[in-house]
Amino acid sequence: MSMRTPLKSVRYLGSAKEGADHFWKQRVTAVANLFLGIFLVWLIASLVGADHATVKQKLANPLIALALLALIISGTTHMRLGMQTIIEDYVHGEVPKIVALLLNTFFAAFVALASIFSILKLSFGA
Amino acid sequence: MQATSGRSARPARPLSPHLQIYKLIPNMVMSIVHRITGVALYFGSLLLAWWLIAAAVGADYYNYVLSWFGTWFGKLVLLGYTWALMHHMIGGIRHFIWDTGAGYDLKVVDLLCWGTLALSLTLTVLIWLAVGLGGA
Repeated sequence: MSMRTPLKSVRYLGSAKEGADHFWKQRVTAVANLFLGIFLVWLIASLVGADHATVKQKLANPLIALALLALIISGTTHMRLGMQTIIEDYVHGEVPKIVALLLNTFFAAFVALASIFSILKLSFGA
Repeated sequence: MQATSGRSARPARPLSPHLQIYKLIPNMVMSIVHRITGVALYFGSLLLAWWLIAAAVGADYYNYVLSWFGTWFGKLVLLGYTWALMHHMIGGIRHFIWDTGAGYDLKVVDLLCWGTLALSLTLTVLIWLAVGLGGA
């Protein structure tokens, strides 16, 4: 067991060079999500009870597709950062923490890629 | 020799911050609920992805997915998702206010916290009423 304090063992190694990056990205995506979230509620409310052809036509509209893409990118970034904070708060073991952080990134990437691919297919596909 | 054994056999004292004697205050509850709704929206993002995938796959699969959303359990989840989204959204606005350094007066804090809950519940009901009256 080391007699050194945790501070002593990291001092002079340099900072992570990230600064307030996490904090700032969380705020920027939060502002975007505020408006894009309202858009999402409107979009879904307007499509409740609609048949597939109507939904497909509406989601293929360029303005709606762009807003949806923005929502997916901003939303998945925001939720990944948020879950990262939660993991860092509650998961203390080094290995479980790294595994959880990896899974968090993979989950956010999966949701983002699956959604983006679907939106693009609706816009450009036959 | 008794002095050396004292270190290894510590009595089970309560650890800081004594969560069992904390009094629940609105600010604390809303902070926890903000985090919980965030987690709910995190996993709820799968629903949005599923809906988009279904629309991209085709009419048959889209109808199949919608039949799941249409069950009482599906509707309950979507109702919960709506509230979580509204609550996290209004809670986010509350945090924006606090980020500017304003609204830290205790009475204002309580007002903002209760206001978050009241507004999120109201908006959820209004959205579902509007959808119920407009569609179906």
